[in-house]
Amino acid sequence: MEVTTKSMPYEAWKDNEYIEQLVEELKANGTNVIVGSFDKLINWGRSNSIWPLTFATSCCGIEFVSLGAARYDMARFGWEVARSSPRQADFMMVAGTIVHRMAPVMRRLYDQLAEPKYVIATGSCAISGGPFRNSYHVVKGIDEIVPVDVYLPGCPPRPEAMIYAIMQLSRKMKVEKFFGGVNRKEKIEEFLAAHPEESYD
Amino acid sequence: MANIQEKITKLFPDATFEEGEILLVNIPDAKWHDLAKCLKEDADLHFDYLVTIVGMDWKDKFGCVYYLRSTTDNVQISVKVTTEDRENPMLHSVSDVWNIATVYEREVYDFFGIIFINNPDMRRLFLSIDWKGYPLRKDYDMSPENNPVPRENERQEDVTYTYVENENGKVEKKTITLFEPNDFVVNIGPQHPATHGVLRFRTAVDGETIKKIDFYSGYIHRGIEKLCEGLTYPQTLHFMDRMDYFSGHHYHHALCMVYEKALGIEISRRAQVIRVLMDELARIASHCLFLGTYCMDLGATTMLFYTLRVREQILDIMERTCGARMTFNYGCIGGVMQDLHPDFVKDVKALLAVLPANIKEYNKLFIGNVIAKGRLENVGSLSREDAISYGVTGPSGRASGWACDVRKTHPYSIYGELDFEEVVYTEGDSMSRTKLRIAEMEQSARIIEQLIDNIPEGEYCVKVPKVIKLPAGHWFQMVEGCRGVFGVYIESDGGTSPARLKLAPPCLPLANVVDHLTRGSKIADLITIGGSLDYIVPDIDR
Amino acid sequence: MYDLSVITNWIHELLLSVMPGWLATTVECVAIGVALLLVYALLALFYIYFERKVCAAFQCRLGPNRVGPMGLLQSFADMFKMLIKEVIRLKHIDRFLFALAPYLVIIASMLSFAVLPWGNGLQILDFNIGIFFLIAVSSIGVLGILLAGWSSNNKFTLIGALRSGAQMVSYELSIGLSVLTMVAFAGTMSVTGIVEEQKDLWFIFSGHIPAIIAFVIYLIAGTAETNRGPFDLPEAESELTAGYHTEYSGIHFGFFYLAEYLNLFIVSGVATLLFFGGWMPLHIPGWDGFNAVMDFIPSVVWFIGKAIALSFVIIWFKWTFPRLRIDQLLNLEWKYLLPINLFNLVLMVLVIVYGLHF
Repeated sequence: MEVTTKSMPYEAWKDNEYIEQLVEELKANGTNVIVGSFDKLINWGRSNSIWPLTFATSCCGIEFVSLGAARYDMARFGWEVARSSPRQADFMMVAGTIVHRMAPVMRRLYDQLAEPKYVIATGSCAISGGPFRNSYHVVKGIDEIVPVDVYLPGCPPRPEAMIYAIMQLSRKMKVEKFFGGVNRKEKIEEFLAAHPEESYD
Repeated sequence: MANIQEKITKLFPDATFEEGEILLVNIPDAKWHDLAKCLKEDADLHFDYLVTIVGMDWKDKFGCVYYLRSTTDNVQISVKVTTEDRENPMLHSVSDVWNIATVYEREVYDFFGIIFINNPDMRRLFLSIDWKGYPLRKDYDMSPENNPVPRENERQEDVTYTYVENENGKVEKKTITLFEPNDFVVNIGPQHPATHGVLRFRTAVDGETIKKIDFYSGYIHRGIEKLCEGLTYPQTLHFMDRMDYFSGHHYHHALCMVYEKALGIEISRRAQVIRVLMDELARIASHCLFLGTYCMDLGATTMLFYTLRVREQILDIMERTCGARMTFNYGCIGGVMQDLHPDFVKDVKALLAVLPANIKEYNKLFIGNVIAKGRLENVGSLSREDAISYGVTGPSGRASGWACDVRKTHPYSIYGELDFEEVVYTEGDSMSRTKLRIAEMEQSARIIEQLIDNIPEGEYCVKVPKVIKLPAGHWFQMVEGCRGVFGVYIESDGGTSPARLKLAPPCLPLANVVDHLTRGSKIADLITIGGSLDYIVPDIDR
Repeated sequence: MYDLSVITNWIHELLLSVMPGWLATTVECVAIGVALLLVYALLALFYIYFERKVCAAFQCRLGPNRVGPMGLLQSFADMFKMLIKEVIRLKHIDRFLFALAPYLVIIASMLSFAVLPWGNGLQILDFNIGIFFLIAVSSIGVLGILLAGWSSNNKFTLIGALRSGAQMVSYELSIGLSVLTMVAFAGTMSVTGIVEEQKDLWFIFSGHIPAIIAFVIYLIAGTAETNRGPFDLPEAESELTAGYHTEYSGIHFGFFYLAEYLNLFIVSGVATLLFFGGWMPLHIPGWDGFNAVMDFIPSVVWFIGKAIALSFVIIWFKWTFPRLRIDQLLNLEWKYLLPINLFNLVLMVLVIVYGLHF
């Protein structure tokens, strides 16, 4: 199965093996026809309506503003509905360095996102700590705190790269299963078991 | 200079002096507070602006270097105060003399653990309450086990501490509550669309009226100053792009200049012209983005797209020459990294051609709008005295009538020979801060116009030694960033990496003054005032 | 003008011929209810798309263009996603009120939706105090917003709800008074009656000065009623995160989102009814040929077209003006709009008494 989006040839994508492997895994148990078509409809909706959370800590956030502006115009893909409340957003673009003091706040924001939720680690700071890796106050990659779906390198990444990253995310959503089957959700549970959630009382 | 020295010696015989580019006064801690009062209040001296406080750890002793400037004749002076107690280092606070000292002293306390007696707010500034150790001390344990990534929410205290001397000279710790028990405290930030990053305001409100704001930063504190101590001099440069990411060129300029000053390198005229051109282009881009995001905060989203058009055009010019859209890393010791792109002159001229029409459009669309006038005029008025005392520089300071443009007061690079005006307004409200930035865009365009046809031929980067070692000593350099005075203090022990690199950003005073400006105004005014000050959070936190 | 009541009557007769009267009424009610819901949802989705496109045009952008032809299916994709998005269960909230609030908001807008004159003979609720009913039910919405803000147990939502309460109570006055002005002019409260009165000339033309003043005030107050910019204080993004619906997720948020856009349609629909003749085509006295041509355009098209044109103006406001502050907002209403409105009512009465209108 070739997973791609409008006006983007399959060969133009990178990391096709990853998606193919994901599809293989999901197909391993076979698919019910009716359930499968429901899945398709839902995934069509999800993958075409990806609302970001307005969350930025530093330079990458400014490139995200540029992404919304007229030249790059993320509204073309329907991503411009940036929600300030995490309850209403679909994914979190962790744009910028995450430091020790911010880490619990970011985790809390992630917990507040409504399922299904996704994370893009934007820029080298979010991926690994980037130029600040050796600092005493910087988290060495946000995957210590939240599960990451797409890693987007750059310092900061160009808006074109951001478009590509969100399109990759959209492609990942396309092969998900909502009704039964192997689902990404289990992965989150594994992650949460390893990184226990604190209680908010 | 000499009469300052005489005057101080007459009053304080203990003081010793070190001559240098800036006069350095050594004073024992016990006399420091009196000297500070004298320096500020004496009509001849009148050092009313505290540029920065540099906390220092010389291994055998702790101390602070205070940089002061007089706003009447722009003379600079520095004062060094030290303590040899490594267990419980204490100095006397000068927060009652200069308002901004309160927060600068908190910063020194946070990094070095020096307690300031009589400072009304002795909490950590950037690091959380439970942070172990003081990171900028030379003997700080950097191992991650010491301070692991926190999993729990940060502990929150509603009190602050102050240390006072009682009559027999002993220092006592006192607790001050921040909010009344019945206060309705709204937590704005760190993740909030209007804080321009991750700043946090704990706001006590009475209905829609703000009673008090307590600001918390450090949510993007990356420890750049400590990191620099482990890097070579050229390696430290790239951090300058990542603090105030709009003033990257200016900050590079400052750090390069201070290194060149220390090394005694004279850079070519071409490199100087290129640096100034880039600075001014970046200033226009930064003010464009300010205007756009500010209008978006106020609800006029469309304006953002109009201002970003010009910014994108400038970014294109930068990209062609520097190779990046935001983190340029363009300045280097001895000049600039690459030569100008062949199309540079043509592109800049195209920009200059469209700029006036765009500025006219901004004025029409936003400044002239009746709602915008109602929202901005007489909101958050800052008097000249307060601006100086709170150290509010840059466009925000100039809007209050304080001519604080370093390009005019201490001309660096080739600014002395350029013909431009320093725009100064006197109202000090949000509207004048906004209008002033638009006027500055015009002035920057004027500077670029003067230079664009006269870029001299020559090398863009002079030859510098392969391994850069600064002679032992200390240097200080200021430049005019997009948001105010940016100062760099460098202390070298003769090695290949700095012994101490202190970056004095303009945005910390800007965020600090928010509480003073917002008391008694509405919640919506917090957005107006915060936006018009235009602070950049990574610049505050470093 | 083709009377659509012929069709509805025919359906009614048809149903009566195969089943008893009570059953026919039930079937009609259900059918109308379903149709209403369907139109409601479709129109809201269209409006979301419309606003995104219009705002993109103002901002020199393209707007949605990837999902479906010209991005037409964008809001459908959003809807599918929203339907299956998790509804987060919160601790420390008033569960019942929290769940009730979005339904109150959507019911309020649906009830006012039912009163609108869709076309000639195509009106769901039509009784002699139609306009009065409309004002009454549209006020329920504010209750939903207040409840949402209160029950969320969040300081931002509470401030948003209080702002909303103050705003709605104030601007309801302006809406009421400008509607009253037009009701006085029409001499009836019945929706069909008002439309019939505008057979020859729309009120905005025939009522000249007082009607124009009433229209401007209605447009301002209507924008405020729908919580749209420059009066979007209750959900001021840069101040209050997302205002009263900060804590709502999934389909509950979807209800608020839909209701917001539908209220925009309702406000412009009512303005169409009061000032631009409802479904009545553009008639100019004396130009019989022109009037006959205009009559060929179906009445439903007239109504929806006029409503969308007015919505465009309201969307235009939002993307042009900065937001007002709460005290300026209340000043505008109590110090300016209300006195002008009262004066305008007197003026209208004089116009009617002396027959100064066309």
